[in-house]
Formats: sequence, structure tokens, C-alpha cells
Amino acid sequence: MVPALLVEDATKRYGRVLALDGVSLEVQPGELVGLLGPNGAGKSTLVKIACGLIRASRGRAEICGAPAGSPPARAALGYLAELFRFPGWYSADEVLRLHQRLAGSQGGEGERGHLLELVGLANARGVRVDAMSKGMQQRLGIAQALVGSPPVLLLDEPTSALDPAGRQTVRALLEELRDREIGVLLNSHLLSEVELVCDRVVILSRGRVVAEGSPEDLSQARGVEIETDEGMRLFPEALRDQVPGLVEQLVREGRQIYGVRVLTTSLEEEYLEAVGGDTA
Amino acid sequence: MRAVPIIAGYALQEALRRRIFHVVLLLTAAFLGLYWLGADTAFEEVAQFEGGLPVEEQELTGGTLFGLSMFGTLFLGAVLAAFLTLGVVRGDAERGLLQPLVVRPVGRSALLLGRFLGAAAVCVPYVLAVYSACALITWTAGDWWPDQFLRPGVQLAAGVLVIAALGLLGSVFLSATANGIAIFMVFGAGLVAGLLGQIGEALNAETLQTVAHRTSWALPFEALYQDALYRITSESRGFTGLAIQLGPFGGSQAGGTNLPVWAIAYFAVVLAATLAAFSRKDL
Repeated sequence: MVPALLVEDATKRYGRVLALDGVSLEVQPGELVGLLGPNGAGKSTLVKIACGLIRASRGRAEICGAPAGSPPARAALGYLAELFRFPGWYSADEVLRLHQRLAGSQGGEGERGHLLELVGLANARGVRVDAMSKGMQQRLGIAQALVGSPPVLLLDEPTSALDPAGRQTVRALLEELRDREIGVLLNSHLLSEVELVCDRVVILSRGRVVAEGSPEDLSQARGVEIETDEGMRLFPEALRDQVPGLVEQLVREGRQIYGVRVLTTSLEEEYLEAVGGDTA
Repeated sequence: MRAVPIIAGYALQEALRRRIFHVVLLLTAAFLGLYWLGADTAFEEVAQFEGGLPVEEQELTGGTLFGLSMFGTLFLGAVLAAFLTLGVVRGDAERGLLQPLVVRPVGRSALLLGRFLGAAAVCVPYVLAVYSACALITWTAGDWWPDQFLRPGVQLAAGVLVIAALGLLGSVFLSATANGIAIFMVFGAGLVAGLLGQIGEALNAETLQTVAHRTSWALPFEALYQDALYRITSESRGFTGLAIQLGPFGGSQAGGTNLPVWAIAYFAVVLAATLAAFSRKDL
């Protein structure tokens, strides 16, 4: 199967600064991959290379098998930049209409209405961009990225300006995109969000991949906690498979069991361990 | 290239909806009103002269006034061209307006050409309209009409297009503010070249004239403007012709048959350089 996004050995140098150092990653159709890392780790550089906005000093990137930046690659791509703005004098509907024309989408008014509804802006169709809140503009940005139903989406901090309800809307949308076999690379600082929706996580630090895997794979066992009539009992070395045995033993000892919790490290803890002291 | 008209339409809408365009319209209305008042007064006062000067007063007044209005037209056109192009690449990229457009399957050259055509679609009609309005005002106030009408107007518009092309090139490398300053410094350099040439001609200083001539060709909007000035009074002879030539804001200077070819080649090179620089630019 042709990957939705393929990056191989991507390296980017700005003068003496090495922004990206031999990064490779894949996003399969229908896969949601989270890109994490501290500021300056190279996340946005990687996304921009995939979009064709900047050229890699070495390595390559492909969108659905086409070289990044080529017309077929751009036609297959939806992109939400970290820093973006639409002309303030355009209405939400006009922004989407412009992008439909540029993307060659035949979706017409129906597509525009559907996209605005998806991001919760159904009632803001005629509202001018300069009258929108930052959160509304970010939702409009997501709708813009979805124009023409691209098979690949690159979202750079798509929820940074959203309130909790807005984030929930975007999370639901991402789930729907996965069901539609769209490959998504999600660059975000919000670890809890990435942990909730992403199939796989790639952590960058100082331009290199320092950890990669599913959120479950990245987390490590930290023991089992069992709530009994005598209080909380912690078994720090125990694994998930040992839970039935531990419960049976406690019951035999005459204890009442009220709850069991398998303890693992959070993505945040794994992230902090992976990036070390890199908090730039 | 399918996207060129889409981007041109976008640029045109942007130009018409931006506040700067309304400011330019207001300034233009003020300029035309003042020009009418000035022309009316000047012709009236000249009509009261009782001879004694070896010039045709009406010809001198009409040529000088209309030459002045052409400078005003070029200046306003340059302001418009500068504001429509100064932030097209780096300025828009820094504000985040450019990236959503560039990632679409349109091609960077189509994007740039569309933006240029959008600016041209505003600047060219604007320059031609102001130029024509000034000619009509001069005719109404003093019954004076330029010796050549169409070509000087086209050359003024072409001069503004050259300024727009330079603005577009600058926008690839400079931030919007820096580019705006650069465009007006280049425009000022052209104006100074015209004035130097005028002084050189009055003093018969060959070096000054050579410097002025080379500068005006290096910045062909100035050479086009000087040739346009020459053409509005191309049939004036004798002392009247000389007096008009030494008029304010740069002397008239016939550009010769090579000027249009040079201006087109210059414009093409600037546009090609802009496309080449933009195609390699990291955004």
C-alpha cells in the first residue's frame, strides 16, 4: 500500500543551524500520527517539507507516492499551518469558495455547507473573518484544509486557539477522518489530546526522532493498585497479567476488593523522558 | 496556469476592498480638484498678460501644468503599485496569508503572475483615468490639448507597471515595510535622475547629463515618464519649447525608438528574476 505520507532521511539546514537531522516517518491511509516535541525540535519544519513549502537539504518526502511540492502531491494534501490568516474582508463562505477553486473541487455550495457544519461554523457562513474569534478562525482553517476531500491532512497545532468544547469537536472530526481512510499527521503540544486520538506518536527532539510508537507501546508498567477494605494496596512490580492472581490472593486473605487499577506511565512522562532537558 | 485568473481575481478583490484603495481614491479626488482650481487660475492669469514675453503663453501654461499633472499621476500610480505589491511574498508569508494558497495545486509562478495581473488591473485603469481626467481639465480650463495624447498615457501606465514589477521582486526578499521604503527610494532615485538631467542641460554639464540618462534607463519608469513629457509638447518649438523642457519635476527627454523595447525587456527580466527567486524560496 502506498503510504499517505512518506518522509525519508529528511534533513534541513539553515546556515549553521541543523533544524532537522535525518528524520524518517510514515503515515498510512486511515492512520492518525501525532508529532510531538519541544519548541524548535523541527516539527513545523518537517510538516513544511511535506507540504513543499520548504526544500529539504537532504532526503525526500512523498504524498501518496508523489514528490512533496509537486502538483499531484499538492492536490492530495490538506494543510493547516501553525501560523495562518485569511483575508479579513472575506466571509467564511468566500474563503472556502476560493480554496475550492484553487483545489479544483467540484463540491460547490453543498461541500462548503457540510464543512462549516463539521467544524461547528454552520451559522457563521456569512461572517467576515475579521469579525471572527481566534477559535472560529482556527475552525475555518480546519474546514479549509478539508476542501476537496484530500487523502492526506497535515495539521500544525490545529487546536491551539480552541476552547475545550472546540477541541472535542476537532477530536470527533479526527476520528471521523480516520474512518474515511484519511492519513493525518497532527503536530500538537497538547499531549493529552494526542494520547486520546492518535494511533501512533513520533517524538522529535533537536531535529531527530527520539521515540516512536503507539501511546500504549510508549507507556511503561508501574505496578498495580488495589483498593481494599483496609485501604489502598500497591504492588509496584506487578504487571497487568498478574491482576487476577493478586485479587484471588487478597480475597483468600479475607479482604474486600473495591477497585483495581493497572498503573502505567503517562505519555507526558514518556515525552519528558524522551526529550530529556530539551525544553527550548 | 489555470489558477492565474483565480489569483488575479483574489488580488483585485483584495485591492478594491482594502482601506488603502479608498485612501488613494480620496487623494485622487483631492488632487483632481486642486488641479482644476490651479489650472483655471493659471490660465486666467496668463490671459491677462499683455505680451512682452517671447513665448506662446497658453502653450507654455498648458504644457507645464499638464506635465505637472503627469508627475502627480505617476506618483499616485506608484503609491498604488507599491501598496499592492510590497507584501505579496515575504509580507504575506510572515502574516500567514500566503501558505494556505501556496500549498494548493496552483504553482508558485501562477500565484505570482496572478498577483501581478491583479495589481495591473487596478493600476493601469487608474493611471489612464487620472491622466485622461487631467487632460480634460486642462482642455476645459485653458483650451489646451497635448500634441500626443494616447502614447504618453500608455507610457505612464507602463512606468507604473515597471514599479509594480520591482515591488514584486522586492517582496520576495524584503519584509513589507522594508520593501515599501525601498520602492519609494528607487522611485525617488528616478526623480532625482530627471532633475539632474535638467540641471545638466541648463548648465550644459555633460557628465551630469550622462549620469541622469543612464540612471533613467536603469530605472525605465523614469525614462518612460521623460519620453511621455516630451511627447505632450513634441510640436512646441523655439523659446516656448525650451521653457517647457526646463519645467518642474524632470525635463522631457525623447526616449527614441529603443525605449519601448528596452522597457519590455527590462520588465521581462525583472519578472523572470522574481519567479526564479520565489520558486526557490523557503516559506
